[in-house]
Amino acid sequence: MAAAAAGRGPGCGPGDSPEGPEAGAPERRRKAHGMLKLYYGLSEVEAAGRPAGPDPLDPTDLNGAHFDPEVYLDKLRRECPLAQLMDSETDMVRQIRALDSDMQTLVYENYNKFISATDTIRKMKNDFRKMEDEMDRLATNMAVITDFSARISATLQDRHERITKLAGVHALLRKLQFLFELPSRLTKCVELGAYGQAVRYQGRARAVLQQYQHLPSFRAIQDDCQVITARLAQQLRQRFREGGSGAPEQAECVELLLALGEPAEELCEEFLAHGRARLEEELRSLEAELGPSPPAPDVLEFTDRGGSGFVGGLCQVAAAYQELFAAQGPAGGERLAAFARELGSRYFALVERRLAQEQGGSDNSLLVRALDRFHRRLRAPGALLAAAGLAEAATEIIVERVARERLGQHLQGLQSAFLGCLTDVRQALAAPRVAGKEGPGLAELLANVASSTLSHIKASLASVHLFTAKEVSFSNKPYFRGEFCSQGVRESLIVGFIRSMCQTAQNFCDSPGEKGGATPPALLLLLSRLCLDYETATISYILTLTDEQFLVQDQSPVTPVSTLCAEARETARRLLTHYVKVQGLVISQMLRKSVETRDWLSTLEPRNVRAVMKRVVEDTTAIDVQVGLLYEEGVRKAQSSDSSKRTFSVYSSSRQQGRYAPSYTPSAPMDTNLLSNIQKLFSERIDVFSPVEFNKVSVLTGIIKISLKTLLECVRLRTFGRFGLQQVQVDCHFLQLYLWRFVADEELVHLLLDEVVASAALRCPDPVPMEPSVVEVICERG
Amino acid sequence: MEDDAPVIYGLEFQARALTPQTAETDAIRFLVGTQSLKYDNQIHIIDFDDENNIINKNVLLHQAGEIWHISASPADKGVLATCYNKTADGKVVTCAAVWRMPAELEPGSHESPEDAASPAHALELLCHLGPAAHGSTACVAWEPAGDGKRVISLADNHILLWDLQESSSQAVLASSASLEGKGQLKFTTGRWSPHHSCTQVATANDSAVRGWDTRTMSQIYCIESAHGQLVRDLDFNPNKQYYLASCGDDCRVKFWDTRNVTEPVKTLEEHSHWVWGVRYNHSHDQLVLTGSSDSRVILSNMVSISSEPFGHLVDDDDLSEQEERESHEKGRKPPQDSVIATYEEHEDSVYAVDWSSADPWLFASLSYDGRLVVNRVPRALKYHILL
Repeated sequence: MAAAAAGRGPGCGPGDSPEGPEAGAPERRRKAHGMLKLYYGLSEVEAAGRPAGPDPLDPTDLNGAHFDPEVYLDKLRRECPLAQLMDSETDMVRQIRALDSDMQTLVYENYNKFISATDTIRKMKNDFRKMEDEMDRLATNMAVITDFSARISATLQDRHERITKLAGVHALLRKLQFLFELPSRLTKCVELGAYGQAVRYQGRARAVLQQYQHLPSFRAIQDDCQVITARLAQQLRQRFREGGSGAPEQAECVELLLALGEPAEELCEEFLAHGRARLEEELRSLEAELGPSPPAPDVLEFTDRGGSGFVGGLCQVAAAYQELFAAQGPAGGERLAAFARELGSRYFALVERRLAQEQGGSDNSLLVRALDRFHRRLRAPGALLAAAGLAEAATEIIVERVARERLGQHLQGLQSAFLGCLTDVRQALAAPRVAGKEGPGLAELLANVASSTLSHIKASLASVHLFTAKEVSFSNKPYFRGEFCSQGVRESLIVGFIRSMCQTAQNFCDSPGEKGGATPPALLLLLSRLCLDYETATISYILTLTDEQFLVQDQSPVTPVSTLCAEARETARRLLTHYVKVQGLVISQMLRKSVETRDWLSTLEPRNVRAVMKRVVEDTTAIDVQVGLLYEEGVRKAQSSDSSKRTFSVYSSSRQQGRYAPSYTPSAPMDTNLLSNIQKLFSERIDVFSPVEFNKVSVLTGIIKISLKTLLECVRLRTFGRFGLQQVQVDCHFLQLYLWRFVADEELVHLLLDEVVASAALRCPDPVPMEPSVVEVICERG
Repeated sequence: MEDDAPVIYGLEFQARALTPQTAETDAIRFLVGTQSLKYDNQIHIIDFDDENNIINKNVLLHQAGEIWHISASPADKGVLATCYNKTADGKVVTCAAVWRMPAELEPGSHESPEDAASPAHALELLCHLGPAAHGSTACVAWEPAGDGKRVISLADNHILLWDLQESSSQAVLASSASLEGKGQLKFTTGRWSPHHSCTQVATANDSAVRGWDTRTMSQIYCIESAHGQLVRDLDFNPNKQYYLASCGDDCRVKFWDTRNVTEPVKTLEEHSHWVWGVRYNHSHDQLVLTGSSDSRVILSNMVSISSEPFGHLVDDDDLSEQEERESHEKGRKPPQDSVIATYEEHEDSVYAVDWSSADPWLFASLSYDGRLVVNRVPRALKYHILL
């Protein structure tokens, strides 16, 4: 308290603290504690856990153990001003007074307690003396009682022995009576049909009779009993064989027979034979349902019936067998397993036949449910007959096979759906020509095909997904978790479908299209775009979808997306190239006929562009529109829009003047060759039937290349008169005016057309070219 | 092994017609006919000197007209037949004639190049193959193994068999047949089969290939739509009597077994434009040469349908180690048809290709701009076939 007061001292004036004594109470208590703790060697700081307390070793601490008054005084005197010294002095006096009065109170209280304790001890002394006397009396009484008791038991001893003996005799007599009555009892039991009771009696008596059979009377009883027992066994067997009364009763019979000591081996056989008969009955009824011309019961119903009838029966037999013949050891177990295997396989064969009938149907959920039930049912005997491996056989043989077949069917379904789509497209493509008006656009058809194919794929995935649904009991099998997902669904279904789709599309490129008419070119174009779309997006989408739906855990290698995409791209490229060929061929044929059938020697002076050229331009424009519906524009070499005029002037005036100048010298042919060779030196070789890019310009370039090359070759096979040459000139100029806009590099068109005109000039004995201005006028006119 | 570079020879005129001098078996010699409407046409006799890798030429004038087709007699080195254009009355008619080369140009008389430029000799006309009444003659084919007395010519839709008499100075029409059908049917080309004692001829019209028996002049087989478009050329396999190669405007080369005309045995699609010529090598029929208007010549190895599909059987003892390894490789993978080489020396359409009759490893190709290129089969392949 002194410390606390000292700490507080400067704050409040000396003696003016009104709550001094009240506030001092807890302080005091703490001080008392402090003393105790000091005594026990605990510093107050440690005990109170007050880390901020004063240093216990401080000699200036009034309450400290190491308080040194001299030091304290010195410190006060040195540190404090007079006023504070005065204050602490009064404070100190007040505290000393308070401590004195406290001490007086304590002494007084303790004295009182000490006096009352002395009184209590004296009273206790008196009480104990009285109790001692009473205990002595009790001990004497007890001795007397013991004495009496001993005397009584001595008197009764003799009689007790006699009673025990009599009781023994009585029991023996009861047993003998039971033995003598045994034959009649047994007979009665057998008559009443209480076989169980009879067997129990027999069991009880057997050992005794065996032991005392040398006594004639017992022997007679034993003989009787044996006769009766034999009859009993006879009857039991009878009942067992008749056996219509179901497995539990049979089991009871067998149990009793076993208790009668019949040979277990034989019973085993008989029991199984019996079970077999009943199960075969079940199988027959199932088979009857299958029948040659079945009214086709629901597959669910079928599996249910099979499950409850056959599998249930098998379970019962197996359970009873194991219970009864547990003592048979492994040999018995094997016999049972063989039994179950044989019947099980027959059952599976039936189920499989039934499921095969179901394969035609399209409802997967029903099939899956049926399989699920089938599988669930089989799990019970599977656990019971682990050795027989029924459950494994079931999944492997049936469920997996069915699932595989199902996948195959879905693949076929998808393929036929795709073919159906294509047929629709063909019809749609053929229709507008008949109707004479615009049918659904190519883009729309493409979207239709793509979306319907995709939805078919999704539907297939969804329905196949039923096989792996969580609630289906066999979805946990490793096959369904691994191989089914990766190899089955992903590889054979999805990848297989995409491959077959590509293949189908590619087939259009091959034989029949060659004749030109078999496949409409628009279909080729559409398929090509479809494949390209698959390459860019759809394939990865489908595969991601598949991987997500069927969390593929199998590590077996799967076809990577990139491979499929490459295949699709290749297909798209081939289709487009084929499209170019077909369309090019159409135009080529027109040009070829137009060159071959005309008599170029005796033709008149050209007044018009020939109609076939207009037709070529029209057709090219139509193709341009068609391709534009599905493919992007593509890049062309930038050239000014009036380039046609510019290059034309080059081609018609400067070069032609050089080449066909009227003043031929003997060296002229050499010059011609030289010119064309030089020209070729600077131009790249043109691959006519080259692969095309996926854009409109490239496609059109391909078609135009093919057409113009044909024109060139045809021109070279003919001989032209002067006007024939001029006609070719006009035609080529016309083509040039209209075709350059379709191609990537208009130089190409110029080059080819130049060559056509040059070749025509070579094939003309009298090459007098037309004035370029006239050519232009004619072309502009028509 | 460095392959010899191709040897190139330039003609002044456009040219389409090329043939080896069939009767010549020592010197490598090709005949080329030019096409010029304005100048006298020529037949260039190209002698190739294999050792020095140089070309010697002789020029003969062919004044009758531009040459569309040329074929050399298999029996007489000096005799050849041409199909040529004659313009008369504003009409172009293609005629055919048999010619004899001047004697001094026959083997051994190599002239120096300067002399060749001197006024050329003219061909000596032996006979015309009939009046032009039958139409334009597309092609003349000599009986391959005969004595040079029998010739087939194809004129429009007629197939005419001629007997050349009195040392070829007279042509007598022995028999003929014509192709009837709707539309204007025209033969484009024909070949005489070297098999069946030369009784079969194959012709092409439009997209069909037909076989004829020369004894009865009747059709024996017909491959309808053998190609998607025009059939441009035919050739018989010299070693397998039923095998026939055809090529056409669908850029394909097809190999047929004439006993089964529904399906080609094999199809090649290497060219990027019309294929104008196809030729089997005379001795090693796996080597097939094709020329196309994409300016390329392609040499293919058609092992799978050749007469020696598995190469020669060689005793293992005879093989050196390296050869042994090669033969093991050969044994491991079955022979595969492949393109051996693509020759890109031409800059214009190649209308004719042919093998030399003297050297089975040498061939020539001719493009429209008058460039004749003589090439050899790559040596590696040559040894591979020989060993």
